[in-house]
Amino acid sequence: MNGVHDMGGMHGLGPIHYEKNEPVFHARWEGRVYALNRAMAAWRKWNIDAGRHQIELIPAAEYLRMSYYEKWFTRLVELLVKHGFVTRAEIAKGKRARGSPKATPVIKAGQVASTIGRRVSTKRDVRVAPHFKVGQPVRALNINPSGHTRLPRYARGKVGTIDRDHGVFVFPDTNAHFQGEKPQRVYSVRFAARELWGAQAGPRDAVYVDLWDDYLEPA
Amino acid sequence: MSTTRRGFVGAAGAATTHDHAYAHDHDHEHQAVPSDLTLRVKALESLLVEKGLVDRAALDTLIDTYEHKVGPRNGARVIARAWVDPAYKKRLLADAGAAIAELGYSGAQGEDMVVLENEPKVHNLVVCTLCSCYPWPVLGLPPVWYKSAPYRSRAVIDPRGVLREFGLELGGDVEVRVWDSTAELRYLVLPERPAGSEKLSEEELAALVTRDAMIGVAKVSLTPAGGIK
Repeated sequence: MNGVHDMGGMHGLGPIHYEKNEPVFHARWEGRVYALNRAMAAWRKWNIDAGRHQIELIPAAEYLRMSYYEKWFTRLVELLVKHGFVTRAEIAKGKRARGSPKATPVIKAGQVASTIGRRVSTKRDVRVAPHFKVGQPVRALNINPSGHTRLPRYARGKVGTIDRDHGVFVFPDTNAHFQGEKPQRVYSVRFAARELWGAQAGPRDAVYVDLWDDYLEPA
Repeated sequence: MSTTRRGFVGAAGAATTHDHAYAHDHDHEHQAVPSDLTLRVKALESLLVEKGLVDRAALDTLIDTYEHKVGPRNGARVIARAWVDPAYKKRLLADAGAAIAELGYSGAQGEDMVVLENEPKVHNLVVCTLCSCYPWPVLGLPPVWYKSAPYRSRAVIDPRGVLREFGLELGGDVEVRVWDSTAELRYLVLPERPAGSEKLSEEELAALVTRDAMIGVAKVSLTPAGGIK
């Protein structure tokens, strides 16, 4: 979707604020939100792409106003309701509805280390022939899907070169909407900075964007 | 603020930005949150615990892990090893995930790693314009600035301007490569080993490597983190 989250190349978003000796979490609730997201993701009712899309669905003005973990909290509430873990009435009351089922947590404290250490790669060990070769010029398609996509606006319609082939991965555009994994090749595509931004960019500089086969055509 | 109790954050996160105009301490407007958020989070946690969906002790362990065990000291050890061991560096550049796992670091958000080598005429910079993608097993959770709109929007269109704000001025003969983490590959920059560090041990070298250098917004210098520029 052409959301405000797709902000590469935008102006006017303010100065970069650097914090010395920054803590991992700035308040107790931030850590709780992070951990709740991890613990609930372990139920595997949604995938990483659906989780990302849920954050993108936060209205633009709210998205820009919210701190990072406030976005994670908002996303978690929406996913919990959408996937039937809790009802809005339960959230409003802060109490389990009478008669609602009692579950058993998927991750107990003793399993955290193994859960964190587990590879949950979206790389797929399936044979999918690459559509493009390293060194080949390609054009990123001009597509404007209203759902989740990893093709940033600033690269659409631009010509780059296949820099490397990373192998076969789940395709987020379908996976985010539970329409299948549609595994395909991901490449680092090198775009000359001047192709993206014009003469103001450094003549030697480049931006590498990781793109799936479905985003590309020969150029 | 006072020195952090989290050694790896203090050492690796302090970086070289102490004297820059944008550096500032703890009270900052971008972390302002509605006052009821603390209560809402607490209420949601209680509800999920009551429904048997999460285990409170597991939440505590998750938080403890990312506050104290996983952080940029991990990445610094990878970099130092690559500097002292050419065979390891070769493996790291060829198959980063396997080479990093040799040192015991792996897992969530580090499943498919790529290491980018800085050279005298090539400088790599990592960003995630769409989100906040970051290699957790080697760098821990990302700092606020990395996840913020200003960095995400500007790193791709004005990398040299961003680097200048971080105190890094690169010559016109240096090629700046910006890596936008749009897929599930996670990038770690292998900075150049500083001149004059030949006699340092692997451990001493690791102490010099900052989080910022492994993102690509700084170089590694012999001056310890937090020292003078």
